[in-house]
Amino acid sequence: MSLLELRGLTHVYSRGTPFEKTAIDHLDLDIEAGQTLGLIGHTGSGKSTLISHLNALLKPTEGTVLFNGEDIYATKAAMRHARFRVGVVFQYPEYQLFEETVYADIAYGPKNQRLSQQEIDRRVREAAAFVGLSEDQFDRSPLELSGGQKRRAAIAGVLAMEPEVLVLDEPTAGLDPAGREDLLEKLFAWKDASGGTIILVTHDMSIANRCQRLVVMESGRIVLDGPPELVFAASEQLRGSGLDLPAAAHIAGLLRRAGVDLPAAIYTVDQLAEAILSLRGKGGAPC
Amino acid sequence: MLKDITLGQYFPGDTPVHRLDPRTKLILTVVYIAALFMVKTWGGYALVIAALAAVTFIAHIRPRALLKGLKPLIFIIVFTAVLNLFFTAGDDILFQWRFIRITHTGLERAVSMVLRVMLLVSGTFMLTYTTSPLAITDGLERLLSPLNKLHVPVYELSLMMCIALRFIPTLIEETDRIMSAQKARGADLETGSLPERAKALLPLLIPLFISAFRRADELALAMECRCYNGGQGRTRMKQLHMGWQDAAAFGLGALLVAGILLLRRLGI
Repeated sequence: MSLLELRGLTHVYSRGTPFEKTAIDHLDLDIEAGQTLGLIGHTGSGKSTLISHLNALLKPTEGTVLFNGEDIYATKAAMRHARFRVGVVFQYPEYQLFEETVYADIAYGPKNQRLSQQEIDRRVREAAAFVGLSEDQFDRSPLELSGGQKRRAAIAGVLAMEPEVLVLDEPTAGLDPAGREDLLEKLFAWKDASGGTIILVTHDMSIANRCQRLVVMESGRIVLDGPPELVFAASEQLRGSGLDLPAAAHIAGLLRRAGVDLPAAIYTVDQLAEAILSLRGKGGAPC
Repeated sequence: MLKDITLGQYFPGDTPVHRLDPRTKLILTVVYIAALFMVKTWGGYALVIAALAAVTFIAHIRPRALLKGLKPLIFIIVFTAVLNLFFTAGDDILFQWRFIRITHTGLERAVSMVLRVMLLVSGTFMLTYTTSPLAITDGLERLLSPLNKLHVPVYELSLMMCIALRFIPTLIEETDRIMSAQKARGADLETGSLPERAKALLPLLIPLFISAFRRADELALAMECRCYNGGQGRTRMKQLHMGWQDAAAFGLGALLVAGILLLRRLGI
Protein backbone atom coordinates (compact mmCIF):
# COMPACT_ATOMS: atom_id res chain seq x y z
CA MET A 1 0.00 0.00 0.00
CA SER A 2 1.32 3.40 -0.92
CA LEU A 3 1.27 6.39 1.41
CA LEU A 4 -0.88 8.50 -0.89
CA GLU A 5 -3.14 6.99 -3.51
CA LEU A 6 -5.07 9.11 -5.99
CA ARG A 7 -7.95 7.17 -7.50
CA GLY A 8 -9.67 8.47 -10.61
CA LEU A 9 -9.30 12.01 -9.33
CA THR A 10 -11.23 14.56 -11.39
CA HIS A 11 -11.83 18.24 -10.76
CA VAL A 12 -14.00 20.49 -12.86
CA TYR A 13 -14.07 24.24 -12.16
CA SER A 14 -17.17 26.43 -12.66
CA ARG A 15 -19.29 23.52 -13.75
CA GLY A 16 -22.23 24.55 -15.90
CA THR A 17 -20.90 27.99 -16.91
CA PRO A 18 -19.09 29.08 -20.08
CA PHE A 19 -15.92 29.06 -17.95
CA GLU A 20 -16.19 25.33 -17.21
CA LYS A 21 -12.73 23.79 -17.17
CA THR A 22 -11.57 20.30 -16.36
CA ALA A 23 -8.37 20.86 -14.39
CA ILE A 24 -7.66 17.23 -13.62
CA ASP A 25 -9.10 14.36 -15.51
CA HIS A 26 -9.43 10.85 -14.06
CA LEU A 27 -5.96 10.79 -12.64
CA ASP A 28 -4.40 7.83 -10.83
CA LEU A 29 -1.17 8.20 -8.92
CA ASP A 30 0.56 6.32 -6.10
CA ILE A 31 3.12 8.09 -3.98
CA GLU A 32 5.42 6.01 -1.80
CA ALA A 33 6.61 7.13 1.62
CA GLY A 34 10.08 8.65 1.66
CA GLN A 35 10.05 9.61 -2.00
CA THR A 36 11.10 12.93 -3.45
CA LEU A 37 8.63 13.41 -6.21
CA GLY A 38 8.81 16.19 -8.77
CA LEU A 39 5.55 17.28 -10.35
CA ILE A 40 6.24 19.13 -13.57
CA GLY A 41 4.05 20.53 -16.28
CA HIS A 42 3.21 23.62 -18.24
CA THR A 43 1.17 26.44 -16.64
CA GLY A 44 -2.44 25.32 -16.50
CA SER A 45 -1.63 21.62 -16.67
CA GLY A 46 -3.42 21.05 -13.35
CA LYS A 47 -0.48 20.79 -10.96
CA SER A 48 -1.77 23.33 -8.46
CA THR A 49 -5.29 21.89 -8.52
CA LEU A 50 -3.82 18.46 -7.93
CA ILE A 51 -1.90 19.46 -4.82
CA SER A 52 -4.96 21.17 -3.32
CA HIS A 53 -6.56 17.73 -3.22
CA LEU A 54 -3.69 16.13 -1.33
CA ASN A 55 -4.72 17.86 1.91
CA ALA A 56 -8.46 17.95 1.19
CA LEU A 57 -8.62 21.69 0.47
CA LEU A 58 -10.55 21.06 -2.72
CA LYS A 59 -13.20 18.42 -3.03
CA PRO A 60 -12.88 16.31 -6.15
CA THR A 61 -15.70 16.26 -8.67
CA GLU A 62 -15.06 12.53 -8.97
CA GLY A 63 -12.62 10.04 -7.47
CA THR A 64 -10.83 10.28 -4.17
CA VAL A 65 -7.51 10.42 -2.33
CA LEU A 66 -6.39 7.74 0.11
CA PHE A 67 -3.83 8.45 2.82
CA ASN A 68 -2.47 5.23 4.31
CA GLY A 69 -5.42 3.51 2.70
CA GLU A 70 -8.00 5.79 4.32
CA ASP A 71 -10.27 8.11 2.37
CA ILE A 72 -9.32 11.66 3.37
CA TYR A 73 -12.79 12.92 2.41
CA ALA A 74 -14.64 10.33 4.53
CA THR A 75 -15.54 12.69 7.41
CA LYS A 76 -14.94 16.29 8.41
CA ALA A 77 -12.45 15.09 11.01
CA ALA A 78 -10.59 13.06 8.39
CA MET A 79 -10.35 16.12 6.14
CA ARG A 80 -8.98 18.20 8.97
CA HIS A 81 -6.57 15.45 9.89
CA ALA A 82 -5.28 15.37 6.32
CA ARG A 83 -4.39 19.09 6.57
CA PHE A 84 -1.89 18.35 9.31
CA ARG A 85 -0.42 15.19 7.84
CA VAL A 86 0.07 16.66 4.40
CA GLY A 87 1.64 20.10 4.72
CA VAL A 88 1.12 22.24 1.64
CA VAL A 89 3.25 25.31 0.96
CA PHE A 90 1.62 27.32 -1.81
CA GLN A 91 3.28 29.63 -4.29
CA TYR A 92 4.65 32.80 -2.75
CA PRO A 93 3.82 31.60 0.78
CA GLU A 94 5.18 34.85 2.26
CA TYR A 95 1.83 36.50 1.47
CA GLN A 96 0.15 34.38 4.14
CA LEU A 97 2.18 35.83 7.04
CA PHE A 98 -0.06 37.77 9.39
CA GLU A 99 0.96 37.52 13.04
CA GLU A 100 2.73 40.25 14.95
CA THR A 101 5.89 38.23 15.42
CA VAL A 102 7.70 35.57 13.45
CA TYR A 103 7.38 33.20 16.39
CA ALA A 104 3.61 33.59 16.61
CA ASP A 105 3.26 33.09 12.88
CA ILE A 106 5.20 29.83 12.87
CA ALA A 107 3.15 28.73 15.91
CA TYR A 108 -0.17 29.28 14.10
CA GLY A 109 -0.33 25.79 12.57
CA PRO A 110 0.63 23.85 15.73
CA LYS A 111 -1.80 26.02 17.72
CA ASN A 112 -4.58 24.94 15.39
CA GLN A 113 -3.53 21.36 16.12
CA ARG A 114 -4.32 22.15 19.78
CA LEU A 115 -0.95 21.00 21.05
CA SER A 116 0.45 21.81 24.48
CA GLN A 117 2.44 25.00 24.99
CA GLN A 118 5.75 23.13 25.38
CA GLU A 119 5.15 21.06 22.29
CA ILE A 120 4.33 24.16 20.25
CA ASP A 121 7.48 25.83 21.51
CA ARG A 122 9.64 22.83 20.63
CA ARG A 123 8.16 22.59 17.15
CA VAL A 124 8.53 26.30 16.41
CA ARG A 125 12.21 26.23 17.40
CA GLU A 126 12.89 23.08 15.42
CA ALA A 127 11.09 24.31 12.32
CA ALA A 128 12.90 27.64 12.46
CA ALA A 129 16.22 25.82 12.79
CA PHE A 130 15.42 23.64 9.77
CA VAL A 131 14.87 26.62 7.52
CA GLY A 132 17.78 28.55 9.02
CA LEU A 133 15.95 31.31 10.88
CA SER A 134 17.87 32.32 13.98
CA GLU A 135 16.04 32.75 17.27
CA ASP A 136 16.78 36.47 17.50
CA GLN A 137 14.39 36.92 14.57
CA PHE A 138 11.51 35.49 16.62
CA ASP A 139 10.32 38.79 18.06
CA ARG A 140 10.48 40.74 14.84
CA SER A 141 7.43 41.43 12.71
CA PRO A 142 7.36 39.04 9.75
CA LEU A 143 6.88 42.08 7.53
CA GLU A 144 10.30 43.44 8.48
CA LEU A 145 12.11 40.36 7.18
CA SER A 146 13.81 40.25 3.80
CA GLY A 147 12.09 38.43 0.94
CA GLY A 148 14.09 35.23 1.38
CA GLN A 149 13.59 35.24 5.15
CA LYS A 150 9.84 35.74 4.75
CA ARG A 151 9.71 32.73 2.47
CA ARG A 152 11.58 30.65 5.04
CA ALA A 153 9.36 31.80 7.89
CA ALA A 154 6.31 30.79 5.87
CA ILE A 155 7.76 27.36 5.10
CA ALA A 156 8.67 26.95 8.78
CA GLY A 157 5.01 27.63 9.57
CA VAL A 158 4.09 24.49 7.64
CA LEU A 159 7.04 22.41 8.87
CA ALA A 160 6.02 23.17 12.46
CA MET A 161 2.91 21.06 11.95
CA GLU A 162 5.32 18.14 11.46
CA PRO A 163 3.58 16.78 8.38
CA GLU A 164 4.46 13.37 6.97
CA VAL A 165 4.28 14.72 3.44
CA LEU A 166 5.54 18.15 2.49
CA VAL A 167 4.13 19.58 -0.72
CA LEU A 168 5.75 22.71 -2.12
CA ASP A 169 4.43 24.69 -5.09
CA GLU A 170 7.35 26.45 -6.81
CA PRO A 171 9.17 27.01 -3.53
CA THR A 172 12.11 28.74 -5.18
CA ALA A 173 10.19 31.14 -7.45
CA GLY A 174 11.61 34.63 -7.25
CA LEU A 175 14.71 33.66 -5.25
CA ASP A 176 18.24 34.29 -6.49
CA PRO A 177 20.35 31.25 -7.48
CA ALA A 178 22.18 31.13 -4.14
CA GLY A 179 18.94 31.42 -2.16
CA ARG A 180 17.39 28.74 -4.34
CA GLU A 181 20.23 26.29 -3.75
CA ASP A 182 20.22 27.04 -0.04
CA LEU A 183 16.47 26.48 0.31
CA LEU A 184 16.57 23.20 -1.63
CA GLU A 185 19.39 21.88 0.51
CA LYS A 186 17.43 22.74 3.65
CA LEU A 187 14.35 20.99 2.35
CA PHE A 188 16.30 17.85 1.49
CA ALA A 189 17.96 18.00 4.91
CA TRP A 190 14.51 18.18 6.52
CA LYS A 191 13.46 15.11 4.55
CA ASP A 192 16.51 13.13 5.63
CA ALA A 193 16.10 14.12 9.27
CA SER A 194 12.35 13.53 9.51
CA GLY A 195 12.01 10.63 7.08
CA GLY A 196 9.19 12.51 5.37
CA THR A 197 8.05 12.60 1.79
CA ILE A 198 8.51 15.63 -0.45
CA ILE A 199 6.43 16.60 -3.45
CA LEU A 200 7.92 19.47 -5.41
CA VAL A 201 5.91 21.30 -8.03
CA THR A 202 8.29 23.05 -10.35
CA HIS A 203 9.00 24.51 -13.75
CA ASP A 204 12.68 24.46 -13.12
CA MET A 205 14.32 21.44 -14.73
CA SER A 206 17.50 21.85 -12.71
CA ILE A 207 15.38 21.28 -9.60
CA ALA A 208 13.37 18.51 -11.23
CA ASN A 209 16.39 16.38 -11.93
CA ARG A 210 17.21 16.21 -8.25
CA CYS A 211 14.02 14.31 -7.52
CA GLN A 212 13.88 10.52 -7.42
CA ARG A 213 10.77 10.39 -9.49
CA LEU A 214 9.22 12.79 -11.95
CA VAL A 215 5.57 13.01 -12.91
CA VAL A 216 4.83 15.10 -15.98
CA MET A 217 1.32 16.51 -16.35
CA GLU A 218 -0.42 17.82 -19.40
CA SER A 219 -4.02 19.07 -19.51
CA GLY A 220 -4.99 17.31 -16.31
CA ARG A 221 -3.44 13.95 -17.10
CA ILE A 222 -0.16 12.24 -16.36
CA VAL A 223 1.83 11.84 -19.56
CA LEU A 224 5.20 10.67 -18.20
CA ASP A 225 6.14 9.05 -14.92
CA GLY A 226 9.50 7.67 -13.88
CA PRO A 227 13.00 8.46 -12.69
CA PRO A 228 14.52 11.65 -14.18
CA GLU A 229 16.79 9.82 -16.63
CA LEU A 230 13.81 8.04 -18.17
CA VAL A 231 11.65 11.15 -18.29
CA PHE A 232 14.37 13.30 -19.82
CA ALA A 233 15.13 10.55 -22.36
CA ALA A 234 11.65 11.15 -23.76
CA SER A 235 12.72 14.61 -24.87
CA GLU A 236 10.33 14.82 -27.82
CA GLN A 237 7.35 14.07 -25.65
CA LEU A 238 8.52 16.58 -23.03
CA ARG A 239 8.72 19.27 -25.65
CA GLY A 240 5.26 18.31 -26.80
CA SER A 241 4.05 19.02 -23.27
CA GLY A 242 5.54 22.49 -23.48
CA LEU A 243 8.51 21.69 -21.25
CA ASP A 244 12.21 22.08 -21.83
CA LEU A 245 14.99 19.66 -21.10
CA PRO A 246 17.56 20.65 -18.50
CA ALA A 247 20.25 22.70 -20.24
CA ALA A 248 22.86 19.94 -19.87
CA ALA A 249 20.61 17.31 -21.45
CA HIS A 250 19.82 19.67 -24.28
CA ILE A 251 23.51 20.35 -24.99
CA ALA A 252 24.29 16.62 -24.84
CA GLY A 253 21.57 16.01 -27.41
CA LEU A 254 22.97 18.66 -29.75
CA LEU A 255 26.50 17.22 -29.40
CA ARG A 256 25.22 13.73 -30.15
CA ARG A 257 23.51 14.98 -33.25
CA ALA A 258 26.78 16.64 -34.32
CA GLY A 259 28.47 13.24 -34.16
CA VAL A 260 30.06 13.33 -30.72
CA ASP A 261 29.83 9.91 -29.07
CA LEU A 262 28.15 10.61 -25.70
CA PRO A 263 26.32 8.11 -23.44
CA ALA A 264 22.54 8.32 -23.29
CA ALA A 265 21.70 9.34 -19.71
CA ILE A 266 23.04 12.85 -19.29
CA TYR A 267 20.93 15.42 -17.53
CA THR A 268 23.15 17.32 -15.10
CA VAL A 269 26.05 19.65 -15.75
CA ASP A 270 28.38 17.35 -13.80
CA GLN A 271 27.49 14.31 -15.87
CA LEU A 272 27.98 16.28 -19.07
CA ALA A 273 31.36 17.58 -17.96
CA GLU A 274 32.46 14.08 -16.99
CA ALA A 275 31.32 12.56 -20.28
CA ILE A 276 33.16 15.19 -22.29
CA LEU A 277 36.33 14.79 -20.23
CA SER A 278 36.28 11.00 -20.63
CA LEU A 279 36.08 11.47 -24.40
CA ARG A 280 39.23 13.48 -24.23
CA GLY A 281 40.91 10.66 -22.28
CA LYS A 282 40.03 8.24 -25.08
CA GLY A 283 41.64 10.62 -27.49
CA GLY A 284 38.37 10.86 -29.39
CA ALA A 285 37.38 14.37 -30.31
CA PRO A 286 40.18 16.96 -30.14
CA CYS A 287 39.37 19.59 -27.56
CA MET B 1 -15.46 28.54 -4.30
CA LEU B 2 -15.43 32.30 -4.22
CA LYS B 3 -14.67 32.31 -7.92
CA ASP B 4 -18.20 31.19 -8.63
CA ILE B 5 -19.75 34.50 -7.55
CA THR B 6 -21.40 36.01 -10.60
CA LEU B 7 -22.27 39.45 -9.21
CA GLY B 8 -21.30 41.95 -11.87
CA GLN B 9 -19.58 39.31 -13.91
CA TYR B 10 -18.91 39.80 -17.58
CA PHE B 11 -19.44 37.00 -20.08
CA PRO B 12 -17.33 37.81 -23.12
CA GLY B 13 -19.02 37.30 -26.45
CA ASP B 14 -19.58 38.76 -29.88
CA THR B 15 -23.31 39.16 -30.27
CA PRO B 16 -25.34 42.20 -31.39
CA VAL B 17 -25.98 42.94 -27.70
CA HIS B 18 -22.29 42.80 -26.85
CA ARG B 19 -21.46 45.08 -29.76
CA LEU B 20 -23.84 47.87 -28.75
CA ASP B 21 -22.31 51.10 -27.51
CA PRO B 22 -22.06 51.00 -23.70
CA ARG B 23 -23.87 54.34 -23.51
CA THR B 24 -26.81 52.83 -25.36
CA LYS B 25 -26.92 49.92 -22.97
CA LEU B 26 -26.66 52.18 -19.93
CA ILE B 27 -29.48 54.44 -21.11
CA LEU B 28 -31.63 51.48 -22.09
CA THR B 29 -31.07 49.88 -18.70
CA VAL B 30 -32.36 53.04 -17.03
CA VAL B 31 -35.30 53.10 -19.44
CA TYR B 32 -35.95 49.44 -18.68
CA ILE B 33 -36.02 50.09 -14.94
CA ALA B 34 -38.35 53.05 -15.37
CA ALA B 35 -40.57 51.03 -17.69
CA LEU B 36 -40.73 48.21 -15.18
CA PHE B 37 -42.24 50.57 -12.62
CA MET B 38 -44.84 51.73 -15.12
CA VAL B 39 -46.11 48.16 -15.50
CA LYS B 40 -49.48 47.73 -13.82
CA THR B 41 -50.97 44.81 -15.75
CA TRP B 42 -50.15 41.13 -16.27
CA GLY B 43 -49.91 41.77 -19.99
CA GLY B 44 -47.23 44.34 -19.23
CA TYR B 45 -45.22 41.81 -17.23
CA ALA B 46 -45.55 39.31 -20.05
CA LEU B 47 -44.21 41.90 -22.46
CA VAL B 48 -41.22 42.71 -20.22
CA ILE B 49 -40.48 39.01 -19.72
CA ALA B 50 -40.64 38.47 -23.47
CA ALA B 51 -38.26 41.40 -24.06
CA LEU B 52 -35.81 40.14 -21.45
CA ALA B 53 -35.98 36.62 -22.86
CA ALA B 54 -35.30 37.96 -26.34
CA VAL B 55 -32.23 39.90 -25.18
CA THR B 56 -31.01 36.87 -23.22
CA PHE B 57 -31.38 34.73 -26.32
CA ILE B 58 -29.66 37.20 -28.66
CA ALA B 59 -26.77 37.71 -26.21
CA HIS B 60 -26.24 33.94 -25.84
CA ILE B 61 -26.57 34.19 -22.05
CA ARG B 62 -27.69 30.96 -20.48
CA PRO B 63 -30.92 31.32 -18.49
CA ARG B 64 -29.15 29.46 -15.70
CA ALA B 65 -26.62 32.27 -15.39
CA LEU B 66 -29.51 34.70 -14.83
CA LEU B 67 -31.04 32.47 -12.16
CA LYS B 68 -27.66 32.12 -10.48
CA GLY B 69 -27.43 35.90 -10.29
CA LEU B 70 -30.74 35.93 -8.42
CA LYS B 71 -29.58 33.42 -5.85
CA PRO B 72 -28.01 35.91 -3.40
CA LEU B 73 -31.31 37.83 -3.41
CA ILE B 74 -33.44 34.89 -2.45
CA PHE B 75 -33.94 36.27 1.07
CA ILE B 76 -35.22 39.61 -0.19
CA ILE B 77 -37.49 37.91 -2.69
CA VAL B 78 -38.99 35.56 -0.11
CA PHE B 79 -39.33 38.43 2.36
CA THR B 80 -41.14 40.57 -0.22
CA ALA B 81 -43.44 37.71 -1.06
CA VAL B 82 -44.32 36.89 2.55
CA LEU B 83 -44.82 40.51 3.51
CA ASN B 84 -47.17 41.22 0.63
CA LEU B 85 -48.97 37.92 0.88
CA PHE B 86 -49.94 38.11 4.55
CA PHE B 87 -50.09 41.78 5.32
CA THR B 88 -52.14 43.21 2.51
CA ALA B 89 -55.53 44.48 3.59
CA GLY B 90 -58.58 43.58 1.56
CA ASP B 91 -61.90 41.84 1.90
CA ASP B 92 -61.70 39.31 -0.93
CA ILE B 93 -60.43 36.61 1.41
CA LEU B 94 -59.15 33.42 -0.20
CA PHE B 95 -57.92 31.58 2.86
CA GLN B 96 -58.12 32.14 6.57
CA TRP B 97 -56.78 30.23 9.52
CA ARG B 98 -56.69 31.96 12.91
CA PHE B 99 -54.73 35.19 12.36
CA ILE B 100 -53.30 34.12 9.02
CA ARG B 101 -55.29 35.61 6.20
CA ILE B 102 -54.59 35.61 2.51
CA THR B 103 -56.53 37.97 0.31
CA HIS B 104 -56.85 38.02 -3.42
CA THR B 105 -55.27 41.48 -3.57
CA GLY B 106 -52.43 40.25 -1.37
CA LEU B 107 -51.71 37.27 -3.59
CA GLU B 108 -51.75 39.40 -6.68
CA ARG B 109 -49.51 42.00 -5.12
CA ALA B 110 -47.03 39.39 -3.83
CA VAL B 111 -46.68 37.81 -7.25
CA SER B 112 -46.27 41.14 -9.00
CA MET B 113 -43.72 42.43 -6.48
CA VAL B 114 -41.62 39.27 -6.74
CA LEU B 115 -41.80 39.44 -10.52
CA ARG B 116 -40.77 43.07 -10.42
CA VAL B 117 -37.75 42.47 -8.17
CA MET B 118 -36.61 39.51 -10.24
CA LEU B 119 -37.02 41.34 -13.53
CA LEU B 120 -35.28 44.40 -12.16
CA VAL B 121 -32.25 42.43 -11.05
CA SER B 122 -31.99 40.19 -14.11
CA GLY B 123 -32.35 43.18 -16.39
CA THR B 124 -29.50 45.04 -14.78
CA PHE B 125 -27.43 41.88 -14.76
CA MET B 126 -27.90 41.80 -18.51
CA LEU B 127 -25.87 45.02 -18.66
CA THR B 128 -22.91 43.65 -16.71
CA TYR B 129 -23.09 40.25 -18.40
CA THR B 130 -22.70 41.76 -21.87
CA THR B 131 -20.56 44.83 -21.20
CA SER B 132 -17.02 44.75 -19.87
CA PRO B 133 -16.46 46.83 -16.72
CA LEU B 134 -14.08 49.02 -18.69
CA ALA B 135 -16.72 49.77 -21.31
CA ILE B 136 -19.27 50.54 -18.60
CA THR B 137 -17.04 53.11 -16.92
CA ASP B 138 -16.15 54.54 -20.30
CA GLY B 139 -19.81 54.93 -21.15
CA LEU B 140 -20.63 56.38 -17.74
CA GLU B 141 -17.86 58.92 -18.04
CA ARG B 142 -19.10 60.09 -21.39
CA LEU B 143 -22.70 60.24 -20.24
CA LEU B 144 -21.79 62.22 -17.14
CA SER B 145 -19.27 64.51 -18.83
CA PRO B 146 -21.70 67.49 -18.89
CA LEU B 147 -21.34 67.49 -15.08
CA ASN B 148 -17.72 68.56 -15.58
CA LYS B 149 -19.03 72.06 -16.10
CA LEU B 150 -20.37 71.95 -12.56
CA HIS B 151 -16.87 71.02 -11.34
CA VAL B 152 -17.81 67.43 -10.61
CA PRO B 153 -14.57 65.42 -11.06
CA VAL B 154 -16.17 63.00 -13.49
CA TYR B 155 -12.90 61.69 -14.88
CA GLU B 156 -11.39 60.95 -11.47
CA LEU B 157 -14.58 59.28 -10.34
CA SER B 158 -14.71 57.05 -13.36
CA LEU B 159 -11.03 56.18 -12.95
CA MET B 160 -11.67 55.20 -9.35
CA MET B 161 -14.61 53.09 -10.38
CA CYS B 162 -12.60 51.51 -13.15
CA ILE B 163 -9.76 50.59 -10.78
CA ALA B 164 -12.16 49.27 -8.18
CA LEU B 165 -13.93 47.10 -10.75
CA ARG B 166 -10.67 45.93 -12.18
CA PHE B 167 -9.44 44.76 -8.80
CA ILE B 168 -12.52 42.90 -7.63
CA PRO B 169 -11.57 39.64 -9.37
CA THR B 170 -7.93 40.07 -8.34
CA LEU B 171 -8.88 40.51 -4.71
CA ILE B 172 -11.28 37.57 -4.85
CA GLU B 173 -8.50 35.42 -6.26
CA GLU B 174 -6.14 36.68 -3.60
CA THR B 175 -8.68 35.91 -0.87
CA ASP B 176 -9.02 32.42 -2.28
CA ARG B 177 -5.28 31.93 -2.22
CA ILE B 178 -4.78 33.21 1.30
CA MET B 179 -7.75 31.18 2.48
CA SER B 180 -6.20 28.02 1.02
CA ALA B 181 -2.86 28.81 2.61
CA GLN B 182 -4.36 29.39 6.06
CA LYS B 183 -6.64 26.37 5.79
CA ALA B 184 -3.57 24.33 4.90
CA ARG B 185 -2.24 25.43 8.29
CA GLY B 186 -5.39 24.20 9.96
CA ALA B 187 -7.38 27.45 10.07
CA ASP B 188 -11.00 26.69 10.83
CA LEU B 189 -13.29 29.26 9.24
CA GLU B 190 -16.52 27.31 9.39
CA THR B 191 -17.17 26.26 12.97
CA GLY B 192 -17.12 27.97 16.36
CA SER B 193 -19.08 30.74 18.06
CA LEU B 194 -19.47 34.14 16.43
CA PRO B 195 -16.56 35.84 18.26
CA GLU B 196 -14.39 32.81 17.55
CA ARG B 197 -15.23 32.97 13.89
CA ALA B 198 -14.56 36.70 13.75
CA LYS B 199 -11.18 36.06 15.28
CA ALA B 200 -10.52 33.27 12.79
CA LEU B 201 -10.92 35.84 10.02
CA LEU B 202 -7.88 37.83 11.12
CA PRO B 203 -5.36 35.52 9.42
CA LEU B 204 -7.33 36.15 6.26
CA LEU B 205 -7.95 39.88 6.51
CA ILE B 206 -4.47 41.00 7.53
CA PRO B 207 -2.62 39.48 4.58
CA LEU B 208 -5.41 40.67 2.30
CA PHE B 209 -5.07 44.28 3.46
CA ILE B 210 -1.30 44.14 3.23
CA SER B 211 -1.49 42.89 -0.32
CA ALA B 212 -4.17 45.43 -1.28
CA PHE B 213 -1.93 48.27 -0.10
CA ARG B 214 1.05 46.73 -1.89
CA ARG B 215 -0.97 46.51 -5.09
CA ALA B 216 -2.14 50.12 -4.74
CA ASP B 217 1.49 51.23 -4.33
CA GLU B 218 2.58 49.23 -7.35
CA LEU B 219 -0.27 50.55 -9.46
CA ALA B 220 0.48 54.16 -8.50
CA LEU B 221 4.12 53.63 -9.38
CA ALA B 222 3.27 52.01 -12.71
CA MET B 223 0.93 54.90 -13.56
CA GLU B 224 3.57 57.48 -12.71
CA CYS B 225 6.15 55.59 -14.75
CA ARG B 226 3.89 56.09 -17.74
CA CYS B 227 3.67 59.81 -17.02
CA TYR B 228 0.07 59.72 -15.89
CA ASN B 229 -1.00 63.15 -14.70
CA GLY B 230 -4.74 63.28 -14.67
CA GLY B 231 -7.54 63.42 -17.13
CA GLN B 232 -6.95 66.81 -18.74
CA GLY B 233 -6.57 66.45 -22.48
CA ARG B 234 -6.28 62.67 -22.51
CA THR B 235 -7.24 60.96 -25.71
CA ARG B 236 -8.43 57.38 -25.85
CA MET B 237 -7.45 54.34 -27.80
CA LYS B 238 -10.98 53.05 -28.19
CA GLN B 239 -13.37 55.73 -29.37
CA LEU B 240 -17.00 55.18 -28.60
CA HIS B 241 -19.32 55.74 -31.49
CA MET B 242 -22.95 54.95 -32.02
CA GLY B 243 -24.16 53.31 -35.19
CA TRP B 244 -27.41 52.16 -36.74
CA GLN B 245 -27.55 49.22 -34.31
CA ASP B 246 -27.76 51.66 -31.42
CA ALA B 247 -30.52 53.57 -33.16
CA ALA B 248 -32.36 50.29 -33.65
CA ALA B 249 -31.88 49.39 -29.99
CA PHE B 250 -33.33 52.74 -28.92
CA GLY B 251 -36.22 52.14 -31.28
CA LEU B 252 -36.94 48.77 -29.69
CA GLY B 253 -36.65 50.31 -26.22
CA ALA B 254 -39.20 52.96 -27.18
CA LEU B 255 -41.49 50.24 -28.53
CA LEU B 256 -41.27 48.40 -25.21
CA VAL B 257 -42.27 51.50 -23.27
CA ALA B 258 -45.06 52.25 -25.74
CA GLY B 259 -46.28 48.66 -25.49
CA ILE B 260 -46.37 48.79 -21.70
CA LEU B 261 -48.29 52.06 -21.71
CA LEU B 262 -50.70 50.74 -24.30
CA LEU B 263 -51.38 47.55 -22.32
CA ARG B 264 -51.87 49.66 -19.23
CA ARG B 265 -54.38 51.87 -21.00
CA LEU B 266 -56.19 48.78 -22.29
CA GLY B 267 -56.02 47.21 -18.84
CA ILE B 268 -54.69 43.87 -20.11
